[in-house]
Formats: sequence, structure tokens, C-alpha cells
Amino acid sequence: MVRVKEGEKMSYSKEVMKRFKNPKFGEKMKNPDAIGEVGNATCGDVMKIFLKIEKNKKGDEIIKDISFQTFGCVAAISSSDALCELAKGKTIKQALKITRNNIVKKLQGLPNLKFHCSVLGEKALKTAIENYKKKKK
Amino acid sequence: MKVYLDNGATTQVAKEVAEVIDNMLTKNFGNPSSLHQFGEEANEEIVKARETIAKKINANPSEIFFTSGGTESDNLAIKGIAYAYMDKGKHIITTEIEHPAISKTCEHLEKCGFNVTYLSVDKEGFISLEKLENAITDDTILVSIIHANNEIGTIQDMKAISQLCKKKDVLFHTDAVQSFTKVPIDVKAMNIDLLSISGHKIHGPKGIGALFIRKGVKVIPLLHGGDQEGKIRSGTENTPGIVGFAKAVEIISEKDVKQMKELRDRLIDGIQKSVVDAKLNGPKGDKRLANNVNISFKYIEGESMLYHLDGKGVAVSTGSACSSQSLSPSPVLISIGLKPEDAHGSIRFTLSRYTTKEEIDYTIDSVKEIVENLRKISPLKK
Ligand SMILES: Cc1ncc(COP(=O)(O)O)c(C=O)c1O
Ligand code: FES
Repeated sequence: MVRVKEGEKMSYSKEVMKRFKNPKFGEKMKNPDAIGEVGNATCGDVMKIFLKIEKNKKGDEIIKDISFQTFGCVAAISSSDALCELAKGKTIKQALKITRNNIVKKLQGLPNLKFHCSVLGEKALKTAIENYKKKKK
Repeated sequence: MKVYLDNGATTQVAKEVAEVIDNMLTKNFGNPSSLHQFGEEANEEIVKARETIAKKINANPSEIFFTSGGTESDNLAIKGIAYAYMDKGKHIITTEIEHPAISKTCEHLEKCGFNVTYLSVDKEGFISLEKLENAITDDTILVSIIHANNEIGTIQDMKAISQLCKKKDVLFHTDAVQSFTKVPIDVKAMNIDLLSISGHKIHGPKGIGALFIRKGVKVIPLLHGGDQEGKIRSGTENTPGIVGFAKAVEIISEKDVKQMKELRDRLIDGIQKSVVDAKLNGPKGDKRLANNVNISFKYIEGESMLYHLDGKGVAVSTGSACSSQSLSPSPVLISIGLKPEDAHGSIRFTLSRYTTKEEIDYTIDSVKEIVENLRKISPLKK
């Protein structure tokens, strides 16, 4: 994992900049089945994940569609986008296993100082799935 | 298009300045303390440079002490006065909106047994004279208040502050790193005792600055050694820096300042006309630094805005928590009462004498497009 050492000038990987400049999943979803919104205690940023969920032939619930809205830095926006790509098409069970490390790996690394921004992604997805389960009950 | 709007951080060295620096590096390279011709010729240039800088602020050349920059000048002023006058008192007054070169120096002195009062400021960044007067006690030895703020461009009323200090018989220092050459300074008329300036904010080189110390004011040096600079600052003089610094002072004109003000207002008006919920931080008009624009864009975060602008070739800075090492928003913006989320979306644009109208218009267009895109993916924008 590429992580910038403490005190070094922060620099983002190419993958981070690519996703930040052209996020594929950055939009508000109409009629989502669930929303997960979390705030980042470290710097005060906010991330919102929208989910559309459907059952496949086997009867498993899968994430049919996913999108995000993020108020945050370059790392937070690119983390949101990477998370959406990781989660799309997965079953809910699989999606719950996505961690910050998966996100950081997909982004080809994050500066040390920005690691916490990827945590936001993991939490937002989990919250959205929890909200979905609650709604279903 | 490449547009450099981070002149508050540093500026490009003027061609004229680079030429005189080159001459001092390769031809007139002597040590000014040496007795031979090489030394004498280098010394002559320093004498002239000191005169140029003294004249710009209406000081005597013997009151100008060259240092390694704004940071050293600030340290020398605060620590130098604290140690020289500690028998008289141990209280220092400053503000909540100082550059770290002042605030961290004061924090250090607090650990050494001094007491420091940090004056709060109003919505536009101005201190209150009444609060200042109330803060001065018999124990107060120094008041240090930044002339023009580096983030929001607020220009304090030097005359009113110094009159108060004089009446109360305390020394007055100001950090004029951002205002020097952009706001007229007259240390006699303004009754200033110490004043810090720096080369690289005015198209001079980095690593050179000066401290004006009024005749009769005592300062304990930070550096001891060969007794250069009237024993106040030892170390072989940075002759290329000193001569380059003076050249930079020489070439800046009133016309440059006027042009910066016009373009500054063009940028403010242009952004506010094309983008909703874009609030100017700091005052308007003549109480604002000629080259400073600081705007909070609601619902978006500054670091992401900065990188999008960078992608379009426009270089700026931000007070966002996300971009700071400490992950907390700019203390200056919090001091003027901004909510953390608005400090988050703050962008500072700082112009120079080389900034053009085309660059400003390009910046306005870029800002408009980027803000629209970022707001589309913002959960805060309803
Ligand atoms: C207001 C102010 N004071 C002090 C400094 C420090 O000056 P220097 O970079 O020359 O040490 C700066 C610049 O960063 C400044 O803006
Ligand atoms: S969201 Fe604030 S640092 Fe990344």
C-alpha cells in the first residue's frame, strides 16, 4: 500500500486524481431503496450513499445501483467513487465485507493524513445497508 | 491557461531583481566586512539597499536590520523585546489572527513564563481599540498586531493603535509582510516601534527580510556571532538577497497597486454575479489589501475546489480543514465567526502586479463551472 510518511508533502495517486476529476457515481439518486449518511468527526465532512436493491434469480439481494454525494476533500470524493464501484453488483452480504483497505487499494494508496477519508466510505455503505434492512422489517 | 493567484504564499522574482541578484552572486560577491575592494564594493550595495528600504517606510537606514525573512523578523521582534524588557513586565498583547510566525512565538514565550493576551476580532477581522485599551496593564511591554492579514486582507488602523500604545507607554510591533509596498507605511507618522517585512511576497527572493527597530528600542539578538547588522543579527550578510529585496521595492509603483485593486474588485464582483451563495470574507474597499480575495463557497469543500482549479491551471489556496495538517479549519476564519463548514469552503485568491484582466476573467469562468459541478455531488446542497 502506498502511504505517504508523516511530514511529507501530501500527494495523490493517479487513480485518486482520475476518480476525483471524473467520478462515475457522483449523483443524487431518484427513488432509492435506502440512503446512508455519515459525518466525519475528524474534519467535519459528510458522505451520502444511495442504494437500489433487487433480488437475483437465486433470491439473494444485490446492489443493483449505487451513487454518492460527498462534501469533502479529493480523497473523500475519490473514496466514495471507488466504494461505489466495489459495491455495485455485489450481494448485500458481500458488500458488508468491503473495508477501508479495499477502498485504499482500489485507489492505489492514500496519503497517511487522508486515510480517515476512506473510513467514511466504509461507514456510509454499512449505514445505507442497515437502513435498508430496518425499512424492510 | 496558467494563472498564478497564490501571491500571498510567494511571488515570482521580477526580471530586474533576478539581474541584480545574478550580479551579486557572480561578480560583486565579496564579504561586506572585508577591507579590500571586493568587500568595499559589496558593502556599497548593502548601504544603498538599506537606504532604499528605509525610505519606503520613512525610517533612518540605521533602523533597518536585515534578516532571513518575515519569520525571523517576527521572532526577533517578539523574543528580542520580551527578553530585553522582561524586568519591566512580562505581558504581551497580540491578536487571534496573526501569522504563525507571531502566534507560535507567543505560545513559546507563554511556556517561558510570559503572559499573552490574544485579542479577538470582529466579523471583518478588525480589532477593537477599546478591548486593546482594556487589555493593557502595568505589566504590558509589547503590543503586536498584524498590519494586513494574510488570509482575509483586513488592514488595521495603525495610527489609532500606535497612539494608544504611546499613551500607555508600551512598545508597538506590526507584521507588515503582506502590506509592505501595497499599503503606504510611514513609521514616523504611524508611530511604529518595530515592523517586519519580507522579500518574497513582493517579487524579491526568498530567505530575505528585514526588521525596522526604532532608534532607542532595545532588542536582544537571536543570533550571536560576528556582530553584523549593528550586533543585532550576526551572520555574513545575504548580499544577493538584500540587493534583490531593495530592487523589488524600487520597481513596485502606485500604478501596480491601483491595478491590483481594480482586478481584485473585478474578481469579487465577477464571482458574486455568477455564483450564488459565495460570501466574501474580510472587508471591502480601501480597508482590504489590494491583492487579496477570500470567498466561502457554500456546500463545497476547499481542497477539492483547489485541485479542480489546479486542473484548469489556476493556483489558489484554501482555509479548509481537509487541507491542513491538523485537520482543523483556519483559525483566522473561525475568529471572524465563520461556521466550520463555511471555513471549509473558503478559497483565497491573491493577485500580483503581473495579474491580467484575461486571467481574472478566465478564473471567474473556471470557478463558476467547478462550483456547479461540485455542488451537484454535495449532500449539503438541497
Ligand atoms: C503575515 C505574514 N507574516 C510572516 C510571514 C513569514 O514570512 P517568511 O516566509 O519570509 O518567513 C508570512 C508569509 O508566509 C506572512 O504572510
Ligand atoms: S474529507 Fe476532510 S480530509 Fe478528507
